[in-house]
Amino acid sequence: MSSYRLRSFSHWLLALFLTFTAVGQVAAQDAATVSKEGVTPGATAAAAPAAAAGSAAGAGSAEAIAAGDALFKGNCAQCHAVNDVVVGPALSGIDKRRPLPWIIKWVKNSSKMVASGDEYAVKIFNEYQKQQMPSFALSDAEITSIVAYVKSEEGKGGGATAKTDGGTPAVDGQAPTTGDDAASGKYVNVVLIVLIVVLIVLVVTLVIIANIMKDVLRGRKDLDGRDVEILDQKTDWMGVLKSGWFKGIVGTLFVLVVLYESIQGIMAVGLTQGYQPAQPIAFSHKLHAGEHQINCAYCHTSVYKSKSANIPSANICMNCHSQIKTTSPEIKKIYRAIQRQQPIQWVRIHNLPDLAYFNHSQHTQVGGIECQTCHGPIQNMDVVYQYSALTMGWCINCHRETPLNTKGNGYYDNLVKLHNEANAGAPFTVSSNGGTECSKCHY
Amino acid sequence: MQESPKYWKGIEELENSPEFLHNALSEFGIPMKESRPSSDDTVAPRRDFLKLMGFGLAAATLASCEAPVRKAIPYLNKPEEVDPGIANFYASTYFTGQDYNSVLVKTREGRPIKLEGNPESPVTRGGLSARAQASVLSLYDGARLQSFAINGKAADKDKVDQEIRTRLASAGRIAIVSHTIISPSTKRAIADFAGRFAGVEHVQYDANSVSALLRANGGVVPGYDFSKASVIVSLGADFLGTWISPVEYAAQYIVNRKVSSEKRSMSRHIQFETNMSLTGSNADVRAAVKPSQMGTIAQQLYNAVVSGTMPAKPADPKKDIMANALYLAASELKAAGNGGLVVSGSNDANVQALVAAINASLGTAAINAAAPSYVRQGDDQRMANFVNGIGNYGAVIFYHANPVYDHPMGDKVAAALANKGLVSISFNHTADETGALCQYQCPDHHWMESWNDYEPKRGSLSLSQPVITPLFKTRQAQESLLTWAGNPNTYYNYLRNNWRGILGGNFQAGWDKAVHDGVATGTLLPAPAAQLAPAGQATAPTAKTGGIELAIYEKVGLGDGSEANNPWLQELPDPVSKATWGNYVTVPRAMAKEKGWEQGDVVKVTANGKSVELPVLIQPGQAQGTIGIALGYGRTKAGMVADKVGANAFPLVSLADNALNYVATATIEATGSREPLAQTQTHHTIMDRKPVVQVATLEQYIKNPKEVTEYDKIATPEGLEKPSKVSLWQDYEYKNHHWAMAIDLNSCIGCGSCVVGCQVENNIPVVGKQEVINRREMHWMRIDRYYSSETHKDSFEDKGKLSTYALMEDPSDNPQVIFQPMMCQHCNHAPCETVCPVLATTHSTEGLNQMTYNRCVGTRYCANNCPYKVRRFNWFSYYSNEKFESVNGHMFTDLGRMVLNPDVMVRARGVIEKCSMCVQRIQLGKLEAKKQKRRPVDGEVVTACAQSCPTQAIVFGDLKDPNSRVAQIWRREDGERGFKVLDAVNTQPNVTYLTKIRNSATSEFFAPEVEKAEKKAEPHNA
Repeated sequence: MSSYRLRSFSHWLLALFLTFTAVGQVAAQDAATVSKEGVTPGATAAAAPAAAAGSAAGAGSAEAIAAGDALFKGNCAQCHAVNDVVVGPALSGIDKRRPLPWIIKWVKNSSKMVASGDEYAVKIFNEYQKQQMPSFALSDAEITSIVAYVKSEEGKGGGATAKTDGGTPAVDGQAPTTGDDAASGKYVNVVLIVLIVVLIVLVVTLVIIANIMKDVLRGRKDLDGRDVEILDQKTDWMGVLKSGWFKGIVGTLFVLVVLYESIQGIMAVGLTQGYQPAQPIAFSHKLHAGEHQINCAYCHTSVYKSKSANIPSANICMNCHSQIKTTSPEIKKIYRAIQRQQPIQWVRIHNLPDLAYFNHSQHTQVGGIECQTCHGPIQNMDVVYQYSALTMGWCINCHRETPLNTKGNGYYDNLVKLHNEANAGAPFTVSSNGGTECSKCHY
Repeated sequence: MQESPKYWKGIEELENSPEFLHNALSEFGIPMKESRPSSDDTVAPRRDFLKLMGFGLAAATLASCEAPVRKAIPYLNKPEEVDPGIANFYASTYFTGQDYNSVLVKTREGRPIKLEGNPESPVTRGGLSARAQASVLSLYDGARLQSFAINGKAADKDKVDQEIRTRLASAGRIAIVSHTIISPSTKRAIADFAGRFAGVEHVQYDANSVSALLRANGGVVPGYDFSKASVIVSLGADFLGTWISPVEYAAQYIVNRKVSSEKRSMSRHIQFETNMSLTGSNADVRAAVKPSQMGTIAQQLYNAVVSGTMPAKPADPKKDIMANALYLAASELKAAGNGGLVVSGSNDANVQALVAAINASLGTAAINAAAPSYVRQGDDQRMANFVNGIGNYGAVIFYHANPVYDHPMGDKVAAALANKGLVSISFNHTADETGALCQYQCPDHHWMESWNDYEPKRGSLSLSQPVITPLFKTRQAQESLLTWAGNPNTYYNYLRNNWRGILGGNFQAGWDKAVHDGVATGTLLPAPAAQLAPAGQATAPTAKTGGIELAIYEKVGLGDGSEANNPWLQELPDPVSKATWGNYVTVPRAMAKEKGWEQGDVVKVTANGKSVELPVLIQPGQAQGTIGIALGYGRTKAGMVADKVGANAFPLVSLADNALNYVATATIEATGSREPLAQTQTHHTIMDRKPVVQVATLEQYIKNPKEVTEYDKIATPEGLEKPSKVSLWQDYEYKNHHWAMAIDLNSCIGCGSCVVGCQVENNIPVVGKQEVINRREMHWMRIDRYYSSETHKDSFEDKGKLSTYALMEDPSDNPQVIFQPMMCQHCNHAPCETVCPVLATTHSTEGLNQMTYNRCVGTRYCANNCPYKVRRFNWFSYYSNEKFESVNGHMFTDLGRMVLNPDVMVRARGVIEKCSMCVQRIQLGKLEAKKQKRRPVDGEVVTACAQSCPTQAIVFGDLKDPNSRVAQIWRREDGERGFKVLDAVNTQPNVTYLTKIRNSATSEFFAPEVEKAEKKAEPHNA
């Protein structure tokens, strides 16, 4: 009986080990899904204003406010905040200060109004360092919805709102997501700790029980020789260490590990994953894309239309920084570059070999892939690093797994039909449409 | 102390000689020279080799430890319309004194990388010549002058201006020498300049002069419209290749040459010529005649058409080809009435007067009197007067003119320029033969850096606009003239002011539209000055006789040689002779046999007291007793590429009857040396093999379109079947796209525009003469040229099989010619795909045969297994191997590399490459459609070759789109003219060719008997 128990002890240990590994893997997988799917600032932000709309006083339906929210972020947020002066004036109370038709006229062509000598327009113009507000080709309805949105946002506190209040629409959508992440992470950790504690307690208990039982048995005199032998049996550790099969296993394991590591090492030659060079200007994506929620395409202007996403030229920086933080030493570097007519030489982080063709617009505009899918949590990076491996295997894997973004795209209509006729069950992935063929990327 | 005994190693130590003492301390002695003295210093000694290798290994290891830091440098102030990665197209105009082309300039990140035809242009209709295709490289030519200079030393612009102004003021007579200028505003700037300085004379001349034609037609080139002609008789005018405006004429010509089962009619084209030209190769009837006979032919045609005296019908048309052609031409012209058109390339005023009279008598509809062409205005007599009287001038300005090279009296000009009293100014881009001799070099902007306007035909205007910031410290020539004339205006404003009159209404809107379209309607150019001598009378020209007659001609690629420093043009095979890199003497086979010359023997040709030494090329179709030499070669100061390639034939041209005479009587003697010719095709005939290329007569086609093409059948147990019936491989199923091509051999004139277009688009390297001789040229697209032979398979019985085959290899003396564009056929059952050991060449789901360079290990099995021989192997690193620096130099410098297409990689050494059907364009077209959430529209995705074709012979598209042009042609011509090359091998190409239909009585490519015999069945073994 006791021998059985003792053997089961080692089984327990094995089971314990396996459980730990499994749990660890689950946790890792969770992290992986998060990183693969990326964080989508836009997605959550869209849902928020609907909730906020309820509290909004006055005119403006929820839809108008939601539309206004998107328009505001896309067009106005670079220079205006509702309750703060950024480049331009704070917009709260704008509908009380000026009549709607005036606002519409102003948004469409402010310089014309200034030129026409409109008193208020000239005043505003002079007040804000004679900084011209660009003209926007927005429809009257769109401008009205922006005003509705501004109204709904009024009095939600100062600039601090964005950072403190989790639920307001002004917040980047990523905050709640991170919260979720943290919550689920914490949960897993707690479960893990509890499990470990339970297991340790279990082990200790078992060892104690085994010892007690041994003592009890030793105390009994009626045992025959064979039982005593079993009772006093000691594991011959040296024997195990010296045994051939042990040496064999250890040797094989060692060789396998060395082999694995060297293959990994060789495969990593030329890989620059994690490459995080110092840049000539300490530009922070965390600040711009993360905290200030500036749309990626605002600076990377051609990310939706071209092969190249376009590293912003200094004149784009100047859209805001002609007004904001003009004394910062980092921003002075931009001024200097413009003065000296010497473009800023950024260090290129993502280097694809010349033999591979990559087109941003194919992935962003057509594929509908988020920037973060490949570039990682860019909105949390103070200094950008290469997040993905950018190897061919990495590309191909994604092409094999990712379903095509065929929805509403007339290009794919017939292809989807054909695919569904042939094998409806399988997802219509990039590779099933020829997305892993050589000439899709190499020519 | 007892001294220990001292042992000495040898007698030297005992003697303690100085030599011994010297050597005693160094164990290995003085380092010895290599024991085996090498006569070759370049051979590295073994130790050096080891040292280098050790260092190399260490360096490589160190270097690979850290990836090089690459910079990403954005614009400081990004122009609104420029987005990195997106190509912008700007309408512009290419005209450098030769052919006129309205173009679209494709720019990427602000640098031009390709030219395409402008479809808006009513003149060139979207076509583009090979020369224009290649001219994008001239912008990045390293030989261009980079700043103003005085006597070759760089100087400040202001200083040069000041000196020139002072010297011009006291110069007296001033001559501005240029090729034809068709820019109204430039002419006006010259007029303004002439208003400022007294005694300014503008002398225009053309290296390829048509002075006589101008003289016979009131100073202008008649407004030919070949699309309105049903019978075209050409007396030595190579109007499809080099004559005046070939792209325009080719586009017109082809309108009546395309056939389909609905339109079974064609124009008739009869060509009399001396050298085998591109136009002659396309003619239905071609007669090889001596230049001296041209006058008689013109006279006889004149007699037939105007006076009604028909030439006699020859008894045996086969024997007397010329008389037969003359009879046909005369009778058909008469029958055609106003559908007839005669053109002549002769520069003899008498001949041109006769031709003009014939056309007038026919009342031809193919000449639009309201829209004459201005692209030739050169006056040979005025130029000759200038050269002869150059001593009377105080100053001369060369406006892109290079008479020292391209005028027969160039040596006189050169001698005059040595006189420092003569103020000489050059606007030329390079320090060329003339420019280098000038005192002041004021290089003009390249045309892609400048504003300019053009009026190629009366009523048709076009503009050029800058597409790149000037690369060097140059200045637009017109602005230089205006500056010296004291006009502070920029040429842009000057040009706009000049246009105010013609763009009525809202000027800004009209101007914007004109700049956008590149073309506009209106007339700005004043009537050209009359030619100096009066037009000749229609008198019978006297025939010169005796000796060997030399006909000097132009090549399709190089033309007059002004753009010779362009390796793409140098390596573009001549459409007919298929020779690259250099000119040669074309001789008929009979003459070569008689004199005992072989191809490549260098001969000395003497004419007009000047001589050149060039190798012999045996040219089928060359008129008996004549030879031909091409212009445009033998440059000495053009730059790295063109210098010392071939010999200059301009000195052989003479001035006769007020016009440059491109024919002469020559004497030839062998020199005994040899120089190999670099030809890309050295087999001439198709050996009666219909599977290669098919041809039929219009008569057969009218009778039954289903009979003109012969389809291969293979023997199967069930009898003769289509080759595709028996196949080893599975068929592909295409769901998305199925890219395919149709090539109409009836429309292909062989001009080579596609060859250069493909080269530019796909970063194809230039390999140079020796590598062409080694048959390692890299062109993805070639145009195979086949001559007909006199011998056919029907001679087996009389002559025996072996000797018949030997004879079949020889083209006939006046052969018919077929051009067949050949590139990767993108076979559905591709033989190359199955033999690649590393799967570097695979089939795509869109029907493309993909070549993956980075996977290729260079076994060349695929090239071996390709029945079409379209795969090219990179034997060298053409972009870095110094051996290729002179020919492929643009891939070596940052300046030249700007021309490379950034979407296509430059292939490394040791890999195979081939036509990809411009997969980068396919991908782009698909992406644009996807972005707009729709299917691509037919015509959106076009390969570079199809895009550049002036005659739309190549049609590319998606077979899955039933309405695409290519799908329609495939459907329509299946069973009629459509055939696949080498169908019997069952490669199932995605390229269909359409049988050539010739409007002549017989097709000489196949014996009629053989045709029948073959029909009986000669099954191929599949």
